[in-house]
Amino acid sequence: MTTPSLFLGAILFVLGTFGVLVRRNAIIMFLCIELQLNAVNLTFVAFSRLMGIEGQVFVFFVMTVAAAEAAVGLAIIISIFRHYETVDVDNFNLLKW
Amino acid sequence: MAEILFYVFAAVVIGGAFGVVLSRSPVGSLLFMVATLASLAGIYVLLEAHFLAAVQVMVYAGAIMVLFLFVIMLLNLGHDYRRDLKGGAFAVVAFVVIGALAGVLMHQIRGTGSSADMMMTNGAHSIDLALARYGAVGAIARPLFTEYVVPFEITGVLLLVAVVGAIVLAKRRVS
Repeated sequence: MTTPSLFLGAILFVLGTFGVLVRRNAIIMFLCIELQLNAVNLTFVAFSRLMGIEGQVFVFFVMTVAAAEAAVGLAIIISIFRHYETVDVDNFNLLKW
Repeated sequence: MAEILFYVFAAVVIGGAFGVVLSRSPVGSLLFMVATLASLAGIYVLLEAHFLAAVQVMVYAGAIMVLFLFVIMLLNLGHDYRRDLKGGAFAVVAFVVIGALAGVLMHQIRGTGSSADMMMTNGAHSIDLALARYGAVGAIARPLFTEYVVPFEITGVLLLVAVVGAIVLAKRRVS
């Protein structure tokens, strides 16, 4: 069941990348990043069947970083929304040249 | 039986991921995401990562998704059903990027797949041994608190920084 899991992880990662690239809603872009992190987690768990329990330990660290990233990212979105009254990333063009 | 369950869960995962990417309303996206994460927990059980499956349901499908839902409700985005997919040249670029990514990943996995089956016994055997000796929680807790204790402590610091940062960022400015 390891190889099908690796394929599933790859498909999930590609879908997450697609979502980040084509959506404009900042919150959904964040959801797609979580999708990518979950794809990596699935790959770690699949490889732990080959390499030992360390793969599962690393999934813990990835989950922690994901939680921290969600908290800080959503705080940034709230603070941007207060300023622009929207979460559409097309309006955030301060750094665009 | 396990094979059939795996493919059922995998179908829900992929369908849910498509729902997340393509759903018009943010709340709909979020509910698809919960389905995806719950099915991933099922796949973790099939891969004998029982404790991770429980954590996946509690932390991911529970806490993090509720945080997202809370922000969507707070910003009142639940009725914003406007289509927000980027079109034109950007969509072409996106398809090229994901095509290249999918090609590279599939090529790599096909390369490792054959050697993976040969090594199959190694890790699975050691995990079975650890599960039998220490239980589902102990098997993960033992390396986490011995070999990886420094990264574990640094993770704690990271969480503290994230909490302080989130409060500072989302706090209303008092003038």
